[in-house]
Amino acid sequence: MFERLVVAPAVVGRSARVLLRSLLPLAVSGALAAPCAAALDRKDEGVKDLFFGAAMYEAHQDQFFDAIVQLDTELNQYRRLDQPELDPFSAHLGQAQFSVGDLELSYRMHLEAGRAIEAVLKGNVPQPVKNEAAYRLAKIHYHKQQPRNALHALEMIEGRVPERVRPEEQFLRARVYMELGRFAEAVALLRDLKGEPRLEGFVEFNLGIALLKSGDAERGVAELTALGKRRSADPAQQGLYDKTNLLLGTYLMDAGELELARPYFDRVQLEGPFSNRALLGAGWVEARAGRYDRALVPWKLLQSRQSTNEAVQESMLAVPFAYGKLDVHSTAAVNYGFALDKFGAEIDKLTDSIVSIREGKFLEALRRKEADQVKNWVVTLRDIPGAPETHYLLDLMASNDYQEFLRNYRDLNDLHERNESWLESLVAYEDIIGQRRDYYEPLLPGLDQKFRQLDARIQMRTEERDKFAARIEQMLVTRRPDYLATAEEQEVLAELKQLRLRARNQVVGEESLRRLERLEGVLEFRLATEYDARLTEAYKHLEQLNVEIEKLQKAYHSYVRSRQAATHSYTGYNDTIRNLRARLRQSQDRLDMLMARQGNMLETLAIDELDRRRAQLENYQIKARFALADSYDRANELQEQREDQRKIEALQKAAEVIIDDGGQSGPEDAEPVDGEPLPQDSPPELDSSAESAPSQEAAQ
Amino acid sequence: MFRILQLTFLMLSASLVFAQSVSRDEIRGLDEQIQDAKKDVIELTAELTQLEEKLLYPSNTQAAFFVSLPENSRFDLEAVELRLNNEVVAHHLYTFRELEALRKGGVQKLYTANVQSGEHPLQVSFLGKSQSGRELRATATHTVEKRVGPAFVEIKIAGEESAISFKDW
Repeated sequence: MFERLVVAPAVVGRSARVLLRSLLPLAVSGALAAPCAAALDRKDEGVKDLFFGAAMYEAHQDQFFDAIVQLDTELNQYRRLDQPELDPFSAHLGQAQFSVGDLELSYRMHLEAGRAIEAVLKGNVPQPVKNEAAYRLAKIHYHKQQPRNALHALEMIEGRVPERVRPEEQFLRARVYMELGRFAEAVALLRDLKGEPRLEGFVEFNLGIALLKSGDAERGVAELTALGKRRSADPAQQGLYDKTNLLLGTYLMDAGELELARPYFDRVQLEGPFSNRALLGAGWVEARAGRYDRALVPWKLLQSRQSTNEAVQESMLAVPFAYGKLDVHSTAAVNYGFALDKFGAEIDKLTDSIVSIREGKFLEALRRKEADQVKNWVVTLRDIPGAPETHYLLDLMASNDYQEFLRNYRDLNDLHERNESWLESLVAYEDIIGQRRDYYEPLLPGLDQKFRQLDARIQMRTEERDKFAARIEQMLVTRRPDYLATAEEQEVLAELKQLRLRARNQVVGEESLRRLERLEGVLEFRLATEYDARLTEAYKHLEQLNVEIEKLQKAYHSYVRSRQAATHSYTGYNDTIRNLRARLRQSQDRLDMLMARQGNMLETLAIDELDRRRAQLENYQIKARFALADSYDRANELQEQREDQRKIEALQKAAEVIIDDGGQSGPEDAEPVDGEPLPQDSPPELDSSAESAPSQEAAQ
Repeated sequence: MFRILQLTFLMLSASLVFAQSVSRDEIRGLDEQIQDAKKDVIELTAELTQLEEKLLYPSNTQAAFFVSLPENSRFDLEAVELRLNNEVVAHHLYTFRELEALRKGGVQKLYTANVQSGEHPLQVSFLGKSQSGRELRATATHTVEKRVGPAFVEIKIAGEESAISFKDW
C-alpha cells in the first residue's frame, strides 16, 4: 500500500513545479499589461495633436504595428521641423517617445524598445523621466528572463519613480528579487503593495509564493488560502484564484497534509480551466488516504470529460486502479477496457495530427484570419476546423515561449501580407502616375503659353504701377497739377502750348491772345483747385491697380502651384517606387526565410509534444493491457473463491439438513452459481464489501 | 499495477515542455532576427505611407476628418455618417474596441478627401445610445475652408449636450 502511495507525490511534485513555473508568468503577463496600458492612457492631458490621437486610437485597439508606424512618422516629421516648438505635437513629445517604447515592447521588439529607453536614460532629461525609463528597461529585461539585468536597471532609479508607475515598479522589483532568490526582500515589498487595486490578486499570490519559498510556510499558506477563498465574476481573476487553490492543494498533498489539501481542490470551480487538474488532485488526496471509494467520485467525473486532456487520460487509468484497490476487479477490467479503447482512438488522432502538422496544416491554421477575430486567439485555435492537433497543444501553447513563437509567426505572416499588399499598391500607383502623365503632358505646352502671356501682363501692369507710384511720390514733394490732368485736358494743354508758340512767331490779335490766356487760366485754375481731390483719386486708382496686380499675382502663384502639383503628381516617383519595390521584395524574402524557421520551430515543438503524448498514451495502453489481464485474473480468482465458498456453504447446509432431517433434501437445492454478475456502474462488490471482506483478505 | 502507474508518472515527470530539439541560443537568435525584420518593415511602411499620401492626397487638395469623443464620455457611439459637398463620403459602424479606443482618448481618422481650395459644406450625423439606453441621434453642419495647405477637421461627438462640435486644425 505504501509503495503505491508513493506514486502520487511524484505527480504532485511535478504538478507543483509546473504550477509554480506556469503561475509566475501568469502574474507577470498580467502585471506587464497594466503599466503598458496605463502609460498610454493619459486622457487627462487631453489630445492636442490629431495625429498623436490617431496613433493612440490604433494603440488602444492593440494595433501595435500601425500605432508604431504612425508615431514613428510623426516623430520623424517633428524632428525635421524648423520650429518644432510651434507644432502641436510638441505637447505630446515626451509621451510619444515613451509610447513608442511601450508599443515596441507590446509588439515584442524588445531590443528596439531597450535602445529607445537607454537613449532616454543617457539623455539630458529630468530624473523622474529617467526613473520611469529605468523601470521600463527593467521590465524588458525581466520579460526576457534576465533578472540580474533587470535589477541593474532598477538600481539606476534615484529617488522615487512617478506615482503613476510606482506600484508597478515595486511589484517588478519584488518579482526580480524572487527570481534571484531574495525572498525576504520580496516579501517586504509585496507586503507594502497589498491593497493596490491595479495589482489585486497578483500581489497576494506572489507574496504567498515568496513566503513559501522563504521557508515561512505557515504564513505563505495563510496568504494563499485567503486569496483562494475569493470569488470573482471576472474569469481571469477567478482563474487566478483557482490556480492558487490548485497550487496550494498540490503543495499540501505533497507535504502529506491530506486532510488539509482536499478543501483546496474542492474550491476550484468545476467548469474552469483548472478543474480537470483539481479533480485529479482531489482523487489522489483520497487515494493517498486510502479512501479509494471517495477517490472514485472526482475521478469518475473527470473520466467523462474531453478525452484529449492529460488529466482526463490519467483518470482513465486511475479509475480502474481505484476499483482494483477496492477489489472490484471485474469493474476495473471493464474500465481498463474502456481506457484501452479511448487510448487507441487518441493515439490514432495523435498520429493523424502529427501527419497533418508535417503536411503544413498546423501553420496553415495559424495563418487563418478567423483566429484574429477574438482576443484570446490561442485558445480559440482549438475550435478551428481542420486543426485537431490544437486540442493536444493547449498546454504547450499556454507556455510563454511557445506563445511568443506563435505571435512571432503570426506577426511575420501579417508583415508578409502587408508587404504583399504594398507591392500590389505600387503597381496601382504606377498606373495612376502613367494616367496622370498622359493627361497632363499634352496640356502643359498650351498652359505654359497662357502662363507666359499672363506673366507679360503682370510685368506690364507692375511697371505701370511703379511709374504711377513714383509720380505720386514726387507730387507729395513738388506740386505737379499737370500730372493729374485728364487725357482730354492734357490734349487741350498741348494744343494751347502749340497756339502759344504760333502766337510768338506770328502776328496775332490782342483779342486772340487774351482768349488764349483765359483758356490757359481756366485750365490751370481747374487743375489747381481740383488738385487735392485728383491726388486722392489718384491714390485710389493706385490702390485699385495694386488690387488688380495682386489678383494677377494670385493667379500667377495659383498657376505655379497647379503646374507644380500637376508635374509633381507624376514626376520623380519612378526611382522611389523602384527602390521601394526592391526593398519590399528583399523584405519578403527575409520574411519568408524567418517564417520558415519560426514555423519549423513551432512544428518541431508541436510534433515533439504530440509525440510525447502519443508515447505516454502508448505506455498507458501497454500498462492498461497488463492491468486488464491482471484484473481478469483477480476477478476470476475472486469468482472461484466465491464459488468455492458457496459450494462449501451449500455442502455445509446440506450436511446440516441431512443431520437434521435424516437426508430428505437433495443437493440440487444448492444451485450452482454460474458466475459473478456483470459489473455495473455501482458494482455489487461495493455494497457487499463487508460481507466479502474476509474473502478479500484471504485473496490478498 | 503499482509499477504500471509508477512508470507512467515517471514518464510524466520526465516530460519537459521544450525538447532539446530547439536550443535557447537558437530561439534568441531567431527572435532578434525577427525583431530586426519588424523594424525594417516598420520603416518601409512609414515610407510607403508617406508616398501613398503624397500620391493620393497631396497637401493642396487634402482634407482629413477625425472623430473623437469628449473626456469621460459614457455615450455609446454606434454609427457616424459624413456628407461632404452633399454626398455621403463615409459611414462607419463602431465595434466595442473602437469605441473603447475613442473613450481612452484615441482619435479616429475617419475619412480623407481630395477637394479644391474654397468652401465645402460638411454634414455629420451620428447614432448612439445614452448610458440609460436611450437612442440618440443628431446632425450638424460645418463649412470646411480649404486653403493651400491640407485641411484637418476634428468632429467631436458628445452625444447628449452640444451633440457635435467641429474644430479646424
